[in-house]
Order: sequence, then structure tokens, then C-alpha cells
Amino acid sequence: MPRRHLAPLAALLLVALFPLSGATFYVELTTKIMIMAIFALSLDLLVGWTGLVSFGHAAYFGVGAYTLALLSPKAAAAGMWSSLALAIAVAAVCALVVGIFVLRTRGIYFIMVTLAFAQMFYFVFHDTDVGGGSDGRYVNVKPDASILGFTPFDFDRPVHVYYVVLAMLVLVFLFLQRVLRSPFGRALSGIRANEQRMRALGFPVMAYKLAAFTLAGGLAGLAGWLLAAQSGFVNPEILSWHQSGNVLLMVILGGAGTPYGPIAGAFALTLLHELFSTLTTHWQLWLGISIVLIVLFMPGGLGHLVRRVRASLFGGGRDV
Amino acid sequence: MSVFAIQLLNALQYGLLLFLVASGLTLIFGIMGIINLAHGSFYMIGAYMAFALSTLTGSLAVAMVLGVALSVVLGLFLEWALFSHLYRRDHLEQVLLTYGLILIFEELRSLAVGNDVHGVPVPSAFGGSIALGDTMTYPVYRLVMSVVCLAIAAGMYLLIQRTRLGMMIRAGASNREMVGVLGVNVNLVFRLVFALGVALAAFAGMLAAPVSSVYPGMGQQVLIICFVVVVIGGIGSVWGALAASLLIGLADTFGKVFFPDYAGIAVYLLMAAILLWRPEGLFRRA
Repeated sequence: MPRRHLAPLAALLLVALFPLSGATFYVELTTKIMIMAIFALSLDLLVGWTGLVSFGHAAYFGVGAYTLALLSPKAAAAGMWSSLALAIAVAAVCALVVGIFVLRTRGIYFIMVTLAFAQMFYFVFHDTDVGGGSDGRYVNVKPDASILGFTPFDFDRPVHVYYVVLAMLVLVFLFLQRVLRSPFGRALSGIRANEQRMRALGFPVMAYKLAAFTLAGGLAGLAGWLLAAQSGFVNPEILSWHQSGNVLLMVILGGAGTPYGPIAGAFALTLLHELFSTLTTHWQLWLGISIVLIVLFMPGGLGHLVRRVRASLFGGGRDV
Repeated sequence: MSVFAIQLLNALQYGLLLFLVASGLTLIFGIMGIINLAHGSFYMIGAYMAFALSTLTGSLAVAMVLGVALSVVLGLFLEWALFSHLYRRDHLEQVLLTYGLILIFEELRSLAVGNDVHGVPVPSAFGGSIALGDTMTYPVYRLVMSVVCLAIAAGMYLLIQRTRLGMMIRAGASNREMVGVLGVNVNLVFRLVFALGVALAAFAGMLAAPVSSVYPGMGQQVLIICFVVVVIGGIGSVWGALAASLLIGLADTFGKVFFPDYAGIAVYLLMAAILLWRPEGLFRRA
């Protein structure tokens, strides 16, 4: 086994054994972090691998979450597998439709237009009664995971949710790695590096970008479904622009376009948040100041820092 | 009929106010190539300055003069300390840094004045209403707002079309590098444009404070609508921003009249339609 897999596997083992500690609060916190990590991985497909800086990714996350909330009857459970599939599908279709519009633009325009469309989704849920308006909606009974009469896990038990989310995170990670190594993924990297050249080579660039945008939307929907299933509650804040900014921050701080960056970013940012908010009520001030300083003095994010440290320790500037 | 007239006046007033914020945003985009998420914060800062300074001095007019001076200083400082380091960075880092600035400004606001909603009294000279038709009235202050905005738009027209600085701004918007090569002090132009943008946004906030009240998060709402304005009008085009602002003012105001539940969405649908028709915006030469 190549040495570069050692650290991530050790981390995975640590995370897998963590619930044995029995610290329920931290098990639930880690579950939430892993959900955000899936969300961040989906965004990195756009930001890091295709070069599309989307500032409105929370829309699809929220659509996934609302799909579960709307499918759950008042006093009964929604089926896990059907609602999960539907959440992914609905989020992907929303991304496809929005993608047709936003992918006509590029650069600064793209950032603004994705943000504006996400805001439109926010207002749909905030202003109308579709999903309970600004109060949101409860998932009164957690989804039912039974397949053909057999129930592998129970969404009312935090430890079960933890392992379901961990499994999903690993699956999404492996799936994305597979996608990025496929000819499709290589084409996306080509588009990021030089779109003109790819077009000249005869690649249908728009179709590739749209496929990436749709895929990223679907995976964000998956993460949103998990969030609704874990917390049992959805409200419009899930698709607010803060959420889009937050996940973008995770991707960038962790290192966009690196395999583990978005996951590291999700852990780092959420744990920093926890740490700062126990120390001070004005943690946002310190977060903001840290962000500004990082951009000014440490371009490339945490991943870049790790690489630089590693390069100076072990020699050789090998890319992760 | 007079209901229609009132809504039209409201649309005009809202559109012109948006123009003040969006024109600075579009100039900063167009000339400096920077996406500034914190631009809405300047609007928020303006509104809170109107609140704090008018309580302190007892006059909104004095507060506005002081506020504009302070926001010019703030703009010059921010450009010098932060934004001047961003010109050669990619959009991602600009997004990140300006997002950090939003957090800082919001938190400083909460430290300084708390999270309550505040009202700013309408100046007594403009406190009345004028009759429109037989039964309707319209507040004078809103008319004054529109007139002031129009005056500023005219002033910007003169500045951009008739002065040497305006010439540099126009040249910078179409080809930044070339202007620098021709010996213009581009950095100075950038700094002035940025300060102008900050002052315009802050002034819009001060002007709006008496009618919209002053509340946390007010900057972000305006920011996102201004993005829509810039997208519709075309990046870097001040006149595009004016046309788009008025269009958005109409769409939002009449959206609220005819489809109250979906008014929040009307503006974005307008944007989607324009994106399909002219992805580069209405006033941008492709």
C-alpha cells in the first residue's frame, strides 16, 4: 500500500472507533461534521476540479433536506431508500435547470448568478407555505430504513446515524475519486486548466460542465437528506447564503481540488467554531479576522500549508 | 389610478436607491476586477452611522455629511490595507477575503450597537406628505430620496463623461493594463474608485435609514439584489446599472402588488430571463 494512504486510513480508523467513547454530544457533532464533509466534497467537484466557483450550493443541500421533510407524513416514517433516492433526484434536477442558466456565464458573473439563484430557492421556502415558511418543518418520525422487512439501522439512535453517515461519506469519497479518474473527470480537469483548448479539441464543454453541476447538486441533496434525517428539522436557513459561504469556506480552507481537503476543511472549520464559541460570544469576529489573514498571508489554504510542511520535512514537493 | 402612481413612485425610489449601491459595485467589478461581497456591509455601515450620528448630533443632514466623510476614509483605508493585495489574486480568494470582512463588520456592528432594530426619525423639514389625487398621500421624504438619487446619478454622469478622472475610469473599465502602460497612476484611480463606491453605498444606507429602519443583516439583502442588478446591467456599465436598478424596482414593487407570495422570486425570474436572452447583461458589448 502506498504510504500516502496511511494517514487517511489511520484517521478513518480513529473516526470509526470514536463512538466507542460513548460521548453522545461529540458523536452527534462528528455526524454533523461528516454531513458537511459530504456537502463540501460535492462542492469541490465544481470549485476544485472543474473551476466553477459556485456561491449557491446550499440551494441543493436545502432541496435535499426539504424533500425528506415534505415526504415525511405527520405521524409516520418516510421510507429511507425511496426518499433518499428522490432527494438526490430532485436536487439533481434543480441543479440541472439552474445549471442551464448559470453556466452561460463565467468568472465573477458565475459567482453572482449562482448566489442569486440560491437566494431564489431561499425565498421560495421562506416566503411561501411550501415548507412551512420561515418556521420550517419537523420530521416528526425519523425515516424507516427497512429493506424487505429487515431493518439494518435505526435513525433514532445517534450511533447508528453516525455509522450510516460515515459509510455515506466513504462511499461518496470513493465514488468521486472514481469519477475524477474517469475520462469524464479528466475532461473536467482539462476544462479547469484551459476551457478554450478543450473546446478546440472537440469536447462538448457545456455538456461536461452541466453534468458536473448536476452531479454536484445531487450529492449536495444527499447531504441535505442526511441533515434532515439526523436533526429531524428543516428551516430556510439551511439554504441561506451563509450556508453557501460556509461550505465554500470549508472547501477553500481545506484546499480546493485535493482529495481530502474538503473533509479536512469541514472538520477544521466546525471544530474551530466550537472552540471559538466556547471562548467568546464574538467568535465570528475572530473567524473573519482569521480568514482575512489566511488569504493575505497563506494563499492555497490548509492543504497547501500541509504540503509545504511535508515538503520541508520529507523533502520533495510531491502533490497529495 | 393614484394607487398605480404611488407604486410607480415607490418603484422609482427603490430602484434609484439600488442604483447608488450597485453603481459602486459595478465600477469596482469593472475597473478593478474584484468581486466584493462586503459591499452590502458598507450600506449597513451607512445606515448605522445615520442612526448613531443623528442621535449624537440631532440632525440627519449633519450625520450624512460626517458619515460620507468617514466612509471615504474607510474606503481609502480598506483599499490600501486589503483590496490592493487582491488585484492579482483569483476570484476565489477575493470571495474568501470579502466574506471574512462581512463577518468582521457584522460582529463589530453587534459589539458597537447590539442586535436590536432601530428607527431613524425622518428629518422634520421633510416629515409631511403631499396629496396625490383625492384620497391618497405620499410622504415627502421618499420624494426627496428620489430627487437626491437622481442628482447623484447626474453628478456621476458628469464625473464619468466630463472629467479627466472619469476618462481614466472609463478607460480603466475597458482595458486596465493599457491605461497603466500609458502612464496613468492606476493605483490612485483604483483607490479613488473604491472610496467612491464605499461612499455611495454608505450614503444609500444613510438615505434609506429613515424609511427602512436599521437592522442586522440589512446589508446582505441589498448586496444580493445588487448582484442581480449588475448581472442584468452588465459588469462595469454604470448606465446598465441604472437601467437594471429601475427594472428591478419595478419588478419587485409590482411583484408585491400582484403576487404578494412570490414577490421575493420575481426579481430572480427577471434575471433568469435576461440571462437566457443576453448572458453578458443588457449593456455590455460582448
